[in-house]
Amino acid sequence: MQALLKFSRAIDGLNAFVGKYVIWLIFAATAVSAINALVRKIFGVSSNAYLEAQWYLFAWSFLAAAGFTLLNREHVRIDVVNSRLPKRVQVWIDIVGFALFLTPLCGVVLYLSWPLVVQMYQTGEVSGNPGGLIRWPVWVAIPVGFTLLMLQGWSELIKRVAFLRGQGPDPMGRLVEKSAEEELAEILRQQQEAAAAANAAAPTPPATPAR
Amino acid sequence: MEFFATNFAPFMFAGLIMFLLLGFPVAFSLGACGLFFGFLGIEMGIFPSSVMAWLPQRLIGIMANDTLLAVPFFTLMGLILERSGMAEDLLDTVGQVFGPMRGGLALAVIFVGALLAATTGVVAASVISMGLISLPIMLRYGYDRRLSSGVIAASGTLAQIIPPSLVLILMADQLGQSVGDMYKGAFIPGFMLMGLYVLYVLFLAVFKPQQVPALPPEARTYREADGGGGYTSLGVLAGLSATVSIFLARHMAEVHTWWEGQLVTSVPTDEKVVVAMCGGTAVALAIALINKGLKLGLLSRLAERVTFVLIPPLLLIFLVLGTIFLGIATPTEGGAMGAMGALIMAWARKRLDMKLLKQALASTTKLSSFVMFILIGATVFSLVFQAADGPIWVEHLLTNLPGGQVGFLIAVNVMVFFLAFFLDYFELSFIVVPLLAPVADKLGIDLIWFGVLLAVNMQTSFMHPPFGFALFFLRSVAPDKPYVDRITRKTMEPVTTMQIYRGAIPFLLIQLTMVGVLIAFPQIVTGALDAKVEYNLESLGDQMRESLGAPAASESYGEEPFGSSTEPAPDAAAPDAAASDASAPAATDDDPLKAMEDALKKPAN
Repeated sequence: MQALLKFSRAIDGLNAFVGKYVIWLIFAATAVSAINALVRKIFGVSSNAYLEAQWYLFAWSFLAAAGFTLLNREHVRIDVVNSRLPKRVQVWIDIVGFALFLTPLCGVVLYLSWPLVVQMYQTGEVSGNPGGLIRWPVWVAIPVGFTLLMLQGWSELIKRVAFLRGQGPDPMGRLVEKSAEEELAEILRQQQEAAAAANAAAPTPPATPAR
Repeated sequence: MEFFATNFAPFMFAGLIMFLLLGFPVAFSLGACGLFFGFLGIEMGIFPSSVMAWLPQRLIGIMANDTLLAVPFFTLMGLILERSGMAEDLLDTVGQVFGPMRGGLALAVIFVGALLAATTGVVAASVISMGLISLPIMLRYGYDRRLSSGVIAASGTLAQIIPPSLVLILMADQLGQSVGDMYKGAFIPGFMLMGLYVLYVLFLAVFKPQQVPALPPEARTYREADGGGGYTSLGVLAGLSATVSIFLARHMAEVHTWWEGQLVTSVPTDEKVVVAMCGGTAVALAIALINKGLKLGLLSRLAERVTFVLIPPLLLIFLVLGTIFLGIATPTEGGAMGAMGALIMAWARKRLDMKLLKQALASTTKLSSFVMFILIGATVFSLVFQAADGPIWVEHLLTNLPGGQVGFLIAVNVMVFFLAFFLDYFELSFIVVPLLAPVADKLGIDLIWFGVLLAVNMQTSFMHPPFGFALFFLRSVAPDKPYVDRITRKTMEPVTTMQIYRGAIPFLLIQLTMVGVLIAFPQIVTGALDAKVEYNLESLGDQMRESLGAPAASESYGEEPFGSSTEPAPDAAAPDAAASDASAPAATDDDPLKAMEDALKKPAN
């Protein structure tokens, strides 16, 4: 079990590492898209390379981030029934899910896509659009993304088994203490407090008439 | 076994529900359900073993999907904006403008809700901002608690239906329509809904004034040195701005002629609205800037404040919706420019730091990853479901409903209303909508209409007690124990959960009324994109004319030179426009003419 937990921690570390850098792909895609639109409108210059770069970046982003998202427990669930079940049952559902749902799904995708990726690489196929990009770099995202996802699934599986054996922390529920919404609410509250404090410090703000 | 094989699709659908209800992440449950039934089907010889072979190509199709690329862009824009302080400024200022009249604070919430909705599409952020900023003020001055919470939750959900909203993008993608058209179609229903909220508040202001009192004079922060409110100069400025807008709208054809250097006889309505609004705003901004720069003191504090606060959101709206409606940018690029604009604005306001940027990017990445994986899972499911003739089964099931189109729409809307208790709009768009779309198409339902209808309907899912997300977010920020008000020093009662639930009911009913109105009057949606409908009429006219060999086949189209030309080139309008030179000035507001020109621009339907 200890060896497995070590394996699980290694996977968590890997996906956290990937997640740390993969977020910038969205930023890059946004910048490329906005600049491309502006340049096209202002200077009348455009290339399909930029249009394709956008979706290359986004495809890499969401595929490579799948494991990271799973690590952060942010893949949505329908918990109408699930949330009313006892904890152990919930954990068992996840164990079955990771073993029998996620793993075969990733396996099938990897099995079906790998030959195509190899073929793309060997033939060096280029996009049919004029000025388009070479294809294999984006195809590689499929095996990479699904491998990371499958590995994270195994890590989650190990964590849940460890929990059932009393060897690990609770793997269910939210990972972070505060949801994004709670965090937003807190920041707004702080800003209000700060504004109120500033008003209290200056009892006659310039907004009121000085009569 | 025989029974199972002949009813494979219904079994698969039932299986889907079981898989989803397990509570394992939806994306993987969907995919696993597809694989499981695919395996069963192959083993039983119901379909060939090559059923999965197309999966990699479908995956690449999802990755290369330009429409869905807008999802991360708009998400990022919303996340940055919610921290930029724009909502707070708007609420504060607009509240000051309307506060002194009865129901004014509620109206301010509705207007700000609509403005926020038109810049981003995040319900949670709107509800949280308004719940934290407006709710305490409304409570302080004696607003009815139920109404206050209802109006905040409802105005927050406007983000769902007023473009640019994520649900409309997903809907457009799944219905195979253009996002631009979906936005145009949703525009009027969205603002009608806002109008209905306003009417409801006005009704209360007249008949139940104790529920929506006016702000007392001491609550007004922007006052002149002489103690006046500064409304006169605000009124003059607004009047001036409106006059410029109306003038621009009336003479848009001339403006375009000047801009493009060639004669333009008519301009689509949405384009008119966008450009006219921009013109009006620019005038107001120019006046305010000159006034401030030269210290003329012509404008009241209120008027100046309103102008400067309204500029950032209006600029963003132009950057996103304006460019999309004008056809300058695709919705995806509009989203990217909006996100960049939001980043620049937040940075200019010193609200953007590395931590916030990373946080927003991480949230965006995770959200788009789970959304795209739901789509991947749904694709695996639908590959197998199609092989099992599932769509045909669904079609038989739904086309046999009594009442034709209307019967189908009512049944579907009732179903979606209840499904929305459990499924959120990602799941509804990717699982349920693809099953319904072909049937709707076959029944002759305009898919834009259908999509907007469903989007309005899904809006209710945020509002119905006890599951509604808007209510949940409001509950999380509304005071839940007695507190001492900061200004009056009085101890205030908390807002109970029951008050929030009961406050939502009138607005929920308004939303459902809107669904009914949209079913009854599809032209509310399709009118904004009349090109398609009118084009059909026109081509019908052409065909009739050709077959009859007579010149006067259709009432008003017959005389026009446009009638006979159907070149697909967008610039085909230019020579035609020159031909109808003489009627140009009078034709600016001529709808059929405009519609035809639109029709000429997009003949490929």
